[in-house]
Amino acid sequence: MELREELKYAKSHEWVKEEGEECTIGLTDYAQSELGELVFVNLPEVGDEVTAGEVFGDVESVKAVSDIYSPVTGVVSEINEELLDEPGLINEQPYDAWLIKVKDVTEKEELLSIEEYEAFVESEKNK
Amino acid sequence: MELKTPLYDAHVQAGGKIVPFAGYLLPVQYQTGVIKEHMAVRTQAGLFDVSHMGEVLCEGKDALANLQMLLTNDFTNMVDGQARYSPMCNEKGGTVDDLIVYKKSDDHYFIVVNAANKDKDYQWMLDHQFGEVIFTDVSDQYAQIALQGPKAMEILKKLTSEENIPKKYYHAVFDSEAAGIPCIISKTGYTGEDGVELYLASENARKMWDALLEAGKEEGLIPCGLGARDTLRMEAAMPLYGHEMDDEVSPLETGLGFAVKMAKEDFIGKAAIEEKKPNNRKRVGLKVTGRGIIREHQDVYADGQLIGHTTSGTHCPYLGYPIAMALVDAGHAEVGMKVEADVRGRRVEAEIVALPFYKRSK
Repeated sequence: MELREELKYAKSHEWVKEEGEECTIGLTDYAQSELGELVFVNLPEVGDEVTAGEVFGDVESVKAVSDIYSPVTGVVSEINEELLDEPGLINEQPYDAWLIKVKDVTEKEELLSIEEYEAFVESEKNK
Repeated sequence: MELKTPLYDAHVQAGGKIVPFAGYLLPVQYQTGVIKEHMAVRTQAGLFDVSHMGEVLCEGKDALANLQMLLTNDFTNMVDGQARYSPMCNEKGGTVDDLIVYKKSDDHYFIVVNAANKDKDYQWMLDHQFGEVIFTDVSDQYAQIALQGPKAMEILKKLTSEENIPKKYYHAVFDSEAAGIPCIISKTGYTGEDGVELYLASENARKMWDALLEAGKEEGLIPCGLGARDTLRMEAAMPLYGHEMDDEVSPLETGLGFAVKMAKEDFIGKAAIEEKKPNNRKRVGLKVTGRGIIREHQDVYADGQLIGHTTSGTHCPYLGYPIAMALVDAGHAEVGMKVEADVRGRRVEAEIVALPFYKRSK
């Protein structure tokens, strides 16, 4: 499982890159490997509001659909349009293939460090 | 507690992602992933462990008479070694299961049933048997391996001689062998490709599995999981019990009329099926033209009117777009019609297309 030092992680397996009042959100390497090959991504539109802990989109693998939760509350400022045509990029480069950027962030879920997220994934696996 | 097939260790060693399915622990995919496994079967060859399927022997002087009454197809004109697909109906004309009957001889038939239904089917057979017949559930004695794909026959020929391989589709060689292992070799499958299914003693399953993989190395043979099996059968538009049919759906509604012989004197469910004609519902294929994937149990609309629901749906790796099958009102089942499916609150556009979605070129 690859993880990156500059990122934080949500228990719903999204990563967050915080830059001032803007956050970039993607799916972790663990999430993409559990989901399998992704063939469709459903993202919100620019200007939509997202809420911490609530679903903002979904990804579909050949076998199943999975919701994606927003780790923050704010307004969508940009979506990664490239993923709409090539959802497999999430499997290939989970930390480059970001999903959305959120501005005017007012609230955040509890975000984990690498060590905390690693421990959390281990506890999930043993469930 | 889930059961393991005799090939469980082989799947784990090969990195299979194991999931519970129909009471068994089976690989949904290997590290290669569903898409590559699917493509291997379409372009080269794939190997499937289908040992979870059930096998029942039907033996005795009245074996044929029992099959004629129990099943909707007609078995009177079969030759030894021939296989025939059939639904098995309840009195209401719904489907108990769909299965394959192999004729070994006049008083000996070998029946292959769906894994999830094997106890129900066996009990159904016992409850309706008559005359001199013995049904025996031999599921635990048999492993089943499916070798499928355009290179399948080339691979098999490395392990056995011509006379051990059936010449025609839906035929089997009963006392056959491959890699020195006794087995039944049947020219059948569930992928829409050329290929065979091998039935053999459970204790020989691992040896056969390894021998096939070794023989098929150069042809690109890889083990494939349940995920690819499902996308392959979807592209080939093969119905799956519990999806396209169940105890409430008649085989005519789901497009299996070719295996329902109404000219037969009688069979369980015949009167109910006759009464229902013409059918109110029909199975159709949907090609998704909008954005998204339409899966099973989603409502289908035409001109804003609810016309039915989907029974299966997925993204199809070989075709490259998502497809679904649906049971809809017979009056709204024309090829070319535009429909919409409700996908978790969002309407996704689709078009009714002819089945199968994929047909191999011969």
